[in-house]
Amino acid sequence: MAAVSLTVNGKSVTADVDSRTLLVQLLREHLRLTGTHVGCDTSQCGACVVLVNGRAVKSCTVLALQLEGADVLSIEGLAPADGPLHPMQEAFRENHGLQCGYCTPGMILTAVDMVRRKGNELDDHTIREELEGNICRCTGYHNIVKAIAAGARAMGSGAAKKAAE
Amino acid sequence: MTATGIGAAVRRKEDRRFITGRGHYTDDINRPGQAYAYFIRSPHAHATIKSIDTKAASRMPGVVAIFVGADVAADKIGGHICGWTVHSKDGSAMKTGPSSALANGKVCYVGDEVAVVIAESYPQAKDAAEKVVVGYGVLPAVVDPISAAKPGAPLIHDVAPNNTVFNWHLGDKAATDAAFAAAAHVTKIDLVNNRVMPAAIEPRAAVGEYDSGSESFTLYTTSQNPHAARLVLAAFCGIAPENKLRVIAPDVGGGFGSKIFIYAEETVCVWAAKKVHRPVKWTAERSESFLVDAHGRDHVTHAELALDAGGKITGLRVHTIANMGAYPSLFWSSVPTYLYGPLLSGQYNIPQIYCEVDAVYTNTAPVDAVRGAGRPEATFVVERIVELAARQTGRDPVAFRRANFVTSFPHQTPVLFCYDAGDYGASLDKALELADYKGFAKRKREAARHGKLRGIGFSTYIEACGLAPSQAVGSLGAGVGLWESAEVRVNPTGSVEVLTGSHAHGQGHETTFAQVVSERLGIPIDSVSIVHGDTDKVQFGMGTYGSRSGAVGISAIVKALDKVEAKAKKVAAHLLEAAEGDIEFKDGKFSVAGTDKSVPWGGVALNAYIAHKFSGQELEPGLKEGAFWDPTNFTFPAGCHICEVEVDPETGNTEIVAWTAVDDFGVVVNPMIVEGQVHGGVAHGIGQALYENALYNKDGQLVTGSLMDYCMPRADHLPAMKVGTTMTKAPSNPLGIKGCGEAGAIASPAAVINAITDAIGTEAIAMPATPSAVWAALQKAGRSLPHAA
Repeated sequence: MAAVSLTVNGKSVTADVDSRTLLVQLLREHLRLTGTHVGCDTSQCGACVVLVNGRAVKSCTVLALQLEGADVLSIEGLAPADGPLHPMQEAFRENHGLQCGYCTPGMILTAVDMVRRKGNELDDHTIREELEGNICRCTGYHNIVKAIAAGARAMGSGAAKKAAE
Repeated sequence: MTATGIGAAVRRKEDRRFITGRGHYTDDINRPGQAYAYFIRSPHAHATIKSIDTKAASRMPGVVAIFVGADVAADKIGGHICGWTVHSKDGSAMKTGPSSALANGKVCYVGDEVAVVIAESYPQAKDAAEKVVVGYGVLPAVVDPISAAKPGAPLIHDVAPNNTVFNWHLGDKAATDAAFAAAAHVTKIDLVNNRVMPAAIEPRAAVGEYDSGSESFTLYTTSQNPHAARLVLAAFCGIAPENKLRVIAPDVGGGFGSKIFIYAEETVCVWAAKKVHRPVKWTAERSESFLVDAHGRDHVTHAELALDAGGKITGLRVHTIANMGAYPSLFWSSVPTYLYGPLLSGQYNIPQIYCEVDAVYTNTAPVDAVRGAGRPEATFVVERIVELAARQTGRDPVAFRRANFVTSFPHQTPVLFCYDAGDYGASLDKALELADYKGFAKRKREAARHGKLRGIGFSTYIEACGLAPSQAVGSLGAGVGLWESAEVRVNPTGSVEVLTGSHAHGQGHETTFAQVVSERLGIPIDSVSIVHGDTDKVQFGMGTYGSRSGAVGISAIVKALDKVEAKAKKVAAHLLEAAEGDIEFKDGKFSVAGTDKSVPWGGVALNAYIAHKFSGQELEPGLKEGAFWDPTNFTFPAGCHICEVEVDPETGNTEIVAWTAVDDFGVVVNPMIVEGQVHGGVAHGIGQALYENALYNKDGQLVTGSLMDYCMPRADHLPAMKVGTTMTKAPSNPLGIKGCGEAGAIASPAAVINAITDAIGTEAIAMPATPSAVWAALQKAGRSLPHAA
């Protein structure tokens, strides 16, 4: 066992973990943040995507001990528990971008990272290509693509509004 | 229509918890003191178990217990069962032998559960499992059903000579043969319906718990039908009587059929919880899901279609060999029989149909229902052979279909079903318009100019949903009724809880069911909560599969609401001092006909509980009613899907460039959710047609054992879709709902393959139509470049 200290959803966390403990296990089993899901064992499905230092990372593919000092954001930290939703969450709800909800946290965090890298005007082709690492069995992606395009625009207008203030 | 009533695209009530990571899936549940299970699985497709040595493993750190087949046998714990008895042509019942939750002496496929290690942590259980030594006597294996049925093939179960589960048939053979003898043209086709894996993104999971004080069990599990799970675990697996067994299926991350069935792992977890006096948790790894979650399809079919000189279909003959895998499973036998043969009439007036199905054991995972279950297989046969017949006789595929459509209802097919309502021409017309069929020739020429082969494919499908009238399915061999239950509990302040036997695992019942209740009672949708998935809350239910939740589940709610309204009117009559017959209920208000006297819903609800305004001896206080709804017929959703592809002759790659779906689902409660169901179903079918193939090698090793090898469709594999609806009401239920969950998966594979074969000009394409398969077909046909055509 070894200790690792990092920030998760804005809170400092220190945990004693087995050297083989993955980030997703740290989140789900040690911190009981169960919004991050596991859908496969080969880093294919993307249900476990979280943001590490602002970048989308498959948390099933990172050892917890690699994350000393890192800033991790899981789906639970994207918006305040009882407050307004993040624009990307709201876009998924508004556009019926989810059905069973299992892949959804990974989809939303992938989308947030996509906006960071690709900007607020995302065409369908770009979104579909960028979702290469996330699998959904329910939606056929049609409404996920719509949701991400809408969420990206909403994040842009939110940022613009903030800047204007 | 109100803003949240039937027909409104209400945003889903359940979404907030899912988009904020606050859902509760089975693997999110942790019970105090829980231990973890890891299953040791057979690495061989067929073998005897000569010995199991657990000594070294049991000394490994953290090990709580190790159980083998003899342990479950000692407690008389049962294994896989099938709830539907199919009979062969000769009248004999299907051949199923005994099976066990943990293998007893023999394993029959790779993944078969041999032993379970229970430890303080999952890694410890897994580590210890490495030390369990199983001595196998490897037997020859057989994975393809044609070889398996031949004399001399390795025998998988002693009870089933030639590995044959049944030789089933349906229809009038002599009359069908006569139709063929008189035919002007006969079209023949050989088809393989490829084996697929259900692959819900949430793997199966279970937490079993035993309370020694109350001597009762609780099982949290990823189930589409928790009451059926409880029934099977109680009545067949011998875990505990139903009153001592609670099954909870919380949020479930997709089912697609695979979570209907009761598997060994859930059985063992709940049984072992008592043995070790601790909760026992198991969550499948993806590779385990692929090995042991029931697979789907896997048919080899020869079909023939007879036409008269005028192009009318006069007969259809189908012979199918169905791979059943190694063991029975819950709906197993019904899928290639009663969910298949009766669908072979499609949307067409076919006077004679004869269908034979040989069901065969192989050393592979059990094959059971996957989204569509039998109906995609039937649609693939019908829509491929109809398309081919049109092409062979030089007829336009659209005109040929239309000329053979059933146009008057009710229509009795020669294969059991009586279609009660539909308008197949209407959905075809609307689809042709949405797809701009008139512009196709121009688009094909344009594609050719940039070196692509463009093709168009149709699938005018039918399905039988709303499973199902209990007496009807009982007469066909089902072991249970397929009604649904509902209970409407009105609270004193007028809010409502609806307990339903349906189970949502992505379908949005918390929204659609609430829409129906909200509109009926005239109360805000937020005042309605839908409760499901817990056998201690909901008395009984048959769960969700077969596109049944709308047609059957909602109908039960409507029936309960009828009773609630009738009772509430009695209360209102007392409050308004009027005759019960004069009370009208509209827009959330009870009023006396022809007067301005009224009392709102909340007032009646409150007074039903206060019970001051009527005699509790004459009228029972309270407002709570339950109902069981048994449908009078299946429902028959139908429609037209049109696929346009461009094939790159250089690489064989197929791109789906347009998809149009027009479906008649009857009355639609929430069009947003229905469209989403269509998108998902179509994606599933495109996956089967282009990408997915569950493949075993000849030794019975699953080659496509991970998401690295099994190609699930991703966003850039799929097109945007145009989705429309037409509407004829289902006459067999109060709201006229037909069901929508499977339509896309049923319709789409044939549309894709019809489009590719149209594009490349050769019929010799099997699913999945991978680039290499398409390229090879093009080479063989000598049609590599569009301008050469």
